[in-house]
Amino acid sequence: MTVAALRGRLLPPALAIVFAVLLCVVVVLISGGSPATALSAMVTQVGEGTTAVDIVNSAAVYYLAALAVAIGFQMNLFNIGVEGQFRLAACVAAIVGGMLTLPPVLHVIVIFLVAAVVGAAWAGIAAVLLAYRGVSEVISTIMLNFIAIGLIAYLIRDDTFGVLQGNNISTQPIAPSGAFPGISLGGGGTVFGMVLVSAALGVGYWFLLGRTRFGFELKASGISSTAATAGGVNARRMVIIALLMSGAVAGLAGLPELLGRDMAYTLTSPAGYGFTGIAIALLGRNHPVGIAFGAVLWAFLDKAGLALDNVGIPREIVLIMQGSIVLSVVVAYEIVRRWDLAAEQRRVAAELAPADADPGGGPAAQAEEGSVRS
Amino acid sequence: MITVGIAMFALALTATLTGQNELTSSGTTQAAVGLMLPILLAGLGGLWSERAGVINIGLEGMMILGTWGAAFAGYNWGPWAGLVGGIVFGALGGALHAVATVTFNVNHIISGVAITLLGAGVTQYLSALIFEPISRNPRSSPRVEGFDSYSVQPLADWFGALEEQRIPILSDFGGLLRGVLTGLSPLVILSLLLVPLSYYVLWRTSFGLRLRSTGENPYAAESLGIGVYAYKYAAVIISGGLAGMGGAALVLFPGQLGYLEGQTGGRGYIGLAAMIFGNWRPAGTLAGAALFGFVDGLQLRAGGEAVHALLYGGSLLAVAVAVWWLARRRWVAAAAALGAGLLVYLLYITTDTVPRELAAYAPQLVTLLVLAIAAQRLRPPAADGLGYRRGEGG
Repeated sequence: MTVAALRGRLLPPALAIVFAVLLCVVVVLISGGSPATALSAMVTQVGEGTTAVDIVNSAAVYYLAALAVAIGFQMNLFNIGVEGQFRLAACVAAIVGGMLTLPPVLHVIVIFLVAAVVGAAWAGIAAVLLAYRGVSEVISTIMLNFIAIGLIAYLIRDDTFGVLQGNNISTQPIAPSGAFPGISLGGGGTVFGMVLVSAALGVGYWFLLGRTRFGFELKASGISSTAATAGGVNARRMVIIALLMSGAVAGLAGLPELLGRDMAYTLTSPAGYGFTGIAIALLGRNHPVGIAFGAVLWAFLDKAGLALDNVGIPREIVLIMQGSIVLSVVVAYEIVRRWDLAAEQRRVAAELAPADADPGGGPAAQAEEGSVRS
Repeated sequence: MITVGIAMFALALTATLTGQNELTSSGTTQAAVGLMLPILLAGLGGLWSERAGVINIGLEGMMILGTWGAAFAGYNWGPWAGLVGGIVFGALGGALHAVATVTFNVNHIISGVAITLLGAGVTQYLSALIFEPISRNPRSSPRVEGFDSYSVQPLADWFGALEEQRIPILSDFGGLLRGVLTGLSPLVILSLLLVPLSYYVLWRTSFGLRLRSTGENPYAAESLGIGVYAYKYAAVIISGGLAGMGGAALVLFPGQLGYLEGQTGGRGYIGLAAMIFGNWRPAGTLAGAALFGFVDGLQLRAGGEAVHALLYGGSLLAVAVAVWWLARRRWVAAAAALGAGLLVYLLYITTDTVPRELAAYAPQLVTLLVLAIAAQRLRPPAADGLGYRRGEGG
């Protein structure tokens, strides 16, 4: 990879994070707090209790959700429905896992399969609607997110598959044979075993999309479905496969917590990872390493931000930071792209200058520069 | 008007034939109007923005910003200030979306998702900072003062009397109309007036024509000397203002006055769905919002049995559509409608009730069905969601 290409990839996220940090510094100053205290509180928090392990565990979950989103992005598909897919998958996997009694390893495999299939099926509805009826996947997956919430509430009712546990309602707990063993660090907490699965999926994602013919066809049909069709790729099939894969990975995103800690799905089970996944996939630019970095950053902000309440700064500032990172990273990519384009045009213009009397490189380059300045 | 009449008649007939009087009771209608407002306003917001070619998934975030602005201004200076506060905060979110999508050409969906995240973050931070010292709860504001509500007298009482009579069909009409005519606040009237106003401005003024031209073909508009950026900015900021007003409608909702974290509950997205349901037209958006609001109000007041009765109404409607297609000699369409009607009827007689949890999401299911059936006949603006850079037209 050339230096210029590396710069093009790393500069925008760095700019975005710097911008977001500056913004938050200003916000903290306006609301009467001290940014330095806030930062040191967050950094020291990492060393305390189980925070470091919590960050790793959360990052694993975010990584899966972001991978699911990134698979769609590779094909220009916006799978807003990761949220619904992972929640429904976790719920059904918990129900099936709770009803079965199987030997240890087999039990986990069955739960994995159920989660992946349910996630894929839920995304598959959007895929079929898009491929055969031309329904935008953005709208259909948003609607499916809502319907998934209703379906989950119905499925864990105590007269369907739920059981009352005190004040909370949950699915039948999964037997210990279905647990995914973690790595215990004593007082530091327990690292989910699923962290390794997340990493392995990241490698698989990198290989599949970057090193196989299938990955090439997928990306090609995302860039131009007509060109891909001309090259012998069935674009409709690609749409369906991409969304099914995205849904299957999304389905796994609920499992680290289900099989590593909760062992049952309840009404208060975590939610919101789908939208976090979108943010992280954007930040990581769909690259497996970039996504990993984004996931750790997000998890750090989430977990270390809890310490802010102790120093009198509302911890919700972290949400502002996360939101502004996402927005500024996409703007930064665009600015850097225009920058490079303008530089390229200047360079070409300079090379052509002796042959051509126009030093500005023609009207196009001038327009480009003009809009960068504005 | 004809559509409204048909819809009311279908409802009245269904209520009479199934004995589910809640379907047309004034209480249900009144609740439906209240629940419809935020969705309608978000839908109109989506309409303005998409007519200028900018997809606005960020409506949800702008609405969330609007709830905070409305609660803050409403708590300090009364309901009218609350309304303005909601609009201003929503418009700020809209302006941000405009900067990202119009100036920087960021993908519209990405910008929308980011604005929803950012809007929620800013709102929760401000709420913890400003509301917590007063309300002792970072997740809610102190109670704000609402609008007074009025009834159109003596019409409301006449229809009320008619509703009490329990004459089949006629009383149902009485209940529906009474619900619409009682408990009216300035906010309700203002919001409903925005529907014809949006139509008038967008379709009957030169400003609207130019705005829509930037959503159909910005380069053609540019060639005619229209400042495309300015129109897109105006449209997206108005869009944010409308979404923020939807947030204000939630905060000033008579049942529960004030800001509450998560109170938008995805209504921004539902507004977008209502707009698509309405084929990117103001009246259609109103119909979509009314459908969502009605089903929501129905399941809140009467639960799954009443929503179940709607299935019966749906099969009636399908048969009517089948007859319509038959008269126009469209045999295949007629057969399809009849088949669908039969299927829904079978579903109706084989079940007793729709589970409450699912009934709440019936509108989303209907939207999905409508999209699946009619996606090819919907007509979004031609350049909806596409990027535009001045001077780069082919």
